[in-house]
Parts: sequence; C-alpha cells; structure tokens
Amino acid sequence: MELVVQDLAVARGGLCVLEGLGFALAPGAALILRGANGIGKTTLLRTLAGLQPSLRGTISAPPESIAYAAHADGLKATLTVTENLAFWAAVHGTSGVEAALERMNLTTLRERRAANLSAGQKRRLGLARLLVSGRPIWLLDEPTVSLDTASVALFGAVVRAHLAAGGAAVIATHIDLGLPEAQLLDLTPFRARGEVQASPGFDEAFL
Amino acid sequence: MIALLIRDLRLALRAGGGFGLGLAFFLLLAVLIPLGVGPEGGTLAKIAPGVLWVGALLACLLSLDRIFALDFEDGSLDLLATAPIPLEGVVAVKALAHWLVTGLPLTLAAPLLGVLLHLPGQGYGWLLASLALGTPALSSIGAFGAALVVGVKRGGLLLSLLVLPLYVPTLIFGAEVVKRGAAGMETGVPLAMLAAITLGAMAALPFASALALRINLR
Amino acid sequence: MSLWEYANPKKFSETAARLLPVVAPLAGLCLAIGLIWGFFFTPDDYKQGSTVKIIFLHVPAAMMAINAWIMMLVASLVWIVRRHHVSALAAKAAAPIGMVFTLIALATGAFWGQPMWGTWWEWDPRLTSFLILLLFYLGYIALWQAVESPDTAADLTGVLCIVGSVFAVLSRYAVKFWNQGLHQDSTIMKVGEKDPLDPAYYWPLIVCLIGVVALFVALVLLRTVTEIRLRRLAAIEAREKFE
Repeated sequence: MELVVQDLAVARGGLCVLEGLGFALAPGAALILRGANGIGKTTLLRTLAGLQPSLRGTISAPPESIAYAAHADGLKATLTVTENLAFWAAVHGTSGVEAALERMNLTTLRERRAANLSAGQKRRLGLARLLVSGRPIWLLDEPTVSLDTASVALFGAVVRAHLAAGGAAVIATHIDLGLPEAQLLDLTPFRARGEVQASPGFDEAFL
Repeated sequence: MIALLIRDLRLALRAGGGFGLGLAFFLLLAVLIPLGVGPEGGTLAKIAPGVLWVGALLACLLSLDRIFALDFEDGSLDLLATAPIPLEGVVAVKALAHWLVTGLPLTLAAPLLGVLLHLPGQGYGWLLASLALGTPALSSIGAFGAALVVGVKRGGLLLSLLVLPLYVPTLIFGAEVVKRGAAGMETGVPLAMLAAITLGAMAALPFASALALRINLR
Repeated sequence: MSLWEYANPKKFSETAARLLPVVAPLAGLCLAIGLIWGFFFTPDDYKQGSTVKIIFLHVPAAMMAINAWIMMLVASLVWIVRRHHVSALAAKAAAPIGMVFTLIALATGAFWGQPMWGTWWEWDPRLTSFLILLLFYLGYIALWQAVESPDTAADLTGVLCIVGSVFAVLSRYAVKFWNQGLHQDSTIMKVGEKDPLDPAYYWPLIVCLIGVVALFVALVLLRTVTEIRLRRLAAIEAREKFE
C-alpha cells in the first residue's frame, strides 16, 4: 500500500510545528526522517498513525494499514515474552508469534518475564510486535534506542525483508539502519512559525 | 477482545496486580465500623445495609485508577487505540475485567461481612442480588472517571472526587434494596431502578469513556 | 450576521465590554431594591415570622445554582459540537459562580431551617440534592485545574459536564425516592393555587430574581473575558518560547 501525504500541518500542544509537508512512499520504499530534536518527528508519526488530528492536509493511508512503534514498547512486566507477543497477535487477529520471536532472536527468552529482560531485549520484543501486526506501513520512532550493533543489523534486515515483501516504512532515526535505497526527508524546511491554532477548522485563534 | 480480557485478568492475578486489595479493604471496613459504632447488634443490623454498600463502593474505588493508567504509562493504550478493535470495546472489556476482579469478589464476600454486622437473615439474598446487579455499574462509571484522569499525574484523589458523585444513584438504590429486603418490605422498585442504571451505564458510558481516552491520547 | 460571530474571542470581548456597563449596574440596582424592599417593607409571615424573609436570598441563589449548571451544559455542548473556544471558556467561567450560588442556597437554607425545623441540617431530598450538586461543581472545577493543556481540559470537562448532568438528574430522583422530606414545594409558580406565595412577597422576589440573573450574566461575562485574556497571554508566551 502506498502512503501519500499532501500539505500536512501538525500541532503539538496547540502550536503548529510542521506545515506544508508532503511526500509519497511507494510499496517497498522507506523514508527516513531527519531533523533536530523537538522539530516534531514524534508528532508527525503520531498524526500519521491517527492518534492525533492533523491541522490541515491529507494522508492517503487509513490508520488501519499503519503499525506504529513508539518510544514506549507497551510491554507488561509480569507477562512472559510469548504472552506479551501473543496478546498483540490476538488483537490484530494474526498468527506467527513463533516466527516473529525467531526473526527478532528472542526464542531462547520465550518463557522469561518481560520484567527480567534487558533494555535491548525489551526493545526487540517491542519491535517484534510490528511483525505480528500484519500491517503494511510501519512508523518507527527511534527504533534502535538501546539496541546493540548486532541487534541494529538484525532489525535492519527485518525492515529490508518487510520492504521486499511490498511493505513501507517511515523511520525517525539518526542511526544507519543499512537501508541504502531509503529516501531521506529533512524536516527543517517544513518548520512552522508556531502559529497558534488549537482546533482545526475554525478561524478563531487567540492572536 | 477476549484476548484483552484474558490479558487483563492475568495481569490482575499475577504479583503486583493489586488483586485482593479491595477485598482486604472491605473486610477492614466491616471490622472497623463496629469498633467505632459499638457492638450493639440492633444498631449494627440497622446500619449494615448502608455500611456494606458504602464499603463495596469504596473498595471498588481503590483499584479504579489502574484500569487505564498502567496501559497509558507503558504505551499499550496508544497501541490499543491504533489496533483493529474499537476503543469503545476496549473500554467495555476493561470495565468487565475490573468487575471480575473487584465487583464479583466483593459481591461474594459481602454476605460473610453481613454476619459480622448482624445483617438480618432475610437481607442476605437481597445483599447478594443488589451487589451483583449494582457493582457492574460501579465498574462502568469508574472506567469513565479513570478515562477522564488518565493523563493526570497522581490523579487518584481527583478520580475519587469525580466518580463519587456519579456513584450516588447506584448507592442509593443499591442500599435501599438491602434495607427494604432486610426489613421484609417490597424491593421491586429500587431493584428495577438499580438494574436500569447498570444497563444504561454499561450501554452508554463506554462511548463517553472512549471519547475521553481519545482526547487524552492526542 | 449570525449568532456564531460572537464566538470569536475578539468580537466577544468587545461585546462584553459594551454589555457590562449595562448589566452590572442593573444587577446592583435590582438586588439593592429587591433586598431592601423584601427585608424592610414586607409584612412578617403569620407562621414563620421574619425568618421567612431569607427567601429573597435563598430562592434566587437556589435557582441560579441550577441554571448555572444548565448554562455550563449548553456551553459544553456548543464547544464539543462547534469547537468555539469562547464557549468552553464561558463554561469554565460559570462553574465557580454556580458553586458559590449553591453554597449560598445551602447556607441560607440552614439559617432558615434552624428556626423553622429546629435543625441546621436535615437530609431532606432538596437539601441533599444541592449538596450533591455542590460535589458535581467541585469535581468539574478540579478537573479544569488538573489538566494542563487548555483544549484537552475543555474537552474532558465538557464530556464530564454532559455525563454529570445525566447523573445529576438521576441523583435528584434517587434522593427523592430515598427520603420524602420536610422541604416545601416550590411556591413561586403556584399563584392561584392553594397555599400560594403571599402577593406582598411576590414582587420583591421577582426583582431579586432579575437582579441575580443580571449578576450572573455580568460575572460570567467578566470572567470569560478574563479567561480569553489568559489564553491570549499563554498563546503569546508559547509563541515566544517557540522562536
């Protein structure tokens, strides 16, 4: 499924942070977002995921086709690795928990509680959720945080396989994931002037 | 949805889930009230219906903030909101899970505590019936309050302030059923009203709660 | 020219600035006339003596306690449906005023009840309902204060106000069912029926009612404009921080 974004403006805390943003992502392509801290990468990803409304603009892909991996992994400390992942598989109505564990190199930790995982292992489990979501477009917010070099390479391979299978990915990262064919998008030119417009559709700003 | 119910029950039953805390609180209350009021059986029998209902309500209140706060903190709520199940369904299932681990045990324990409080013999059936019928409303209304304050740090006290006024009708009709039942009077009207509140709350409030959650997530 | 023009903060502030010099003196004048007339120039009741005169404070306050909530409900609905910020701010502005009217109604009721019923407080359905209304106001105001983002707070309190209204009505009937009570029925609309309000009390009471409505309108206008200015300040600050 392709993702086309046109003239998008997104807001954080009632302030417009990015505007006039547009890009097109064909199946099999990846987009890497660049830009200084606080420019609005997370806000953009949350808007694309349908978690918050955009101020203006259109997003072609419906939220049902998008899997979002945030900073937080959504893991339950008292559940085991398999239980955590099986829950998300059941929510998304998919199978393939075992395969996902294997691809993220978690099979040996299968029965361990999430509380006893290291930060990098937790991250891998959080990313394994993408595989069981069965959704074509991945939105990844700093996916490599707390991953070691080997895990970064492993995850890069997983993303490449996803793209090869016709998926797409939008990735906010500063680390080379080994995706030479990915497009780069620098968000700096789209920085908004901080216009105050809290709710879309009405012209009654307080300035 | 069933997976969500199973997960929530599992989380509640494993260590750190806080399961049983409400029950212990309920027991404590039933012990403390006679210590404060005095041991005369007549007085206790008279206040038992009200005390048991207020106790169940407060015990229920204790665990309300866990319904959404934990999922909000670890990011699960974001993921659930983007998952292919409606958020209204998520709210309803979570309220049901809350009822299964608090409302139901409280209902089952209440007759035992009724003995401590000298509840008259004919009141026990009505106590069970009214709590079984009324506690689902407490969980539904509580889930709505929890959805409102999910973004507020240390929102526990605020949650009580918001939810307790909403509990008033449930409490009045629930306690009235037991009071009348214990006195051998007709209980049809309050029982019907209690059922109406529960059904109305279970049917309508998940929509309001889901709306509040979406507002808090954005 | 549509009614919604006044939803623009600037337009609203301008209109409020024009209305306030009319409404505020009207409130002062009506309340002064009504209360002096009521307290000093009406006969004592044959049963209740001069204590009956607390009616000139009690009834208007009680009426506004409920009407303020209804106004908040309407404003919340307008905000949720049409997304006009001024509407949400007006609801926020009205809440503390409504709460104070509720407190006045409860306090004057207690002062009236003491000589009449021999008790400061009675768990009468009307009194209890007002106490519950007070709790609703408290929760509503607390939620406004607890949520940081103003639009999120407006949305959440709006939802709470709508759901709370349903439960407030339910509570009213539940409380009626729970205790039949001592409080007399409302007498003001019962002219011509048996046990009516004495005509000597009627007109000063009407003047007081007009005064209280004007007072409420004036206070809401004033507080809403204050809220608009606060929002404008916050917007300027946020913008400066952004640059």
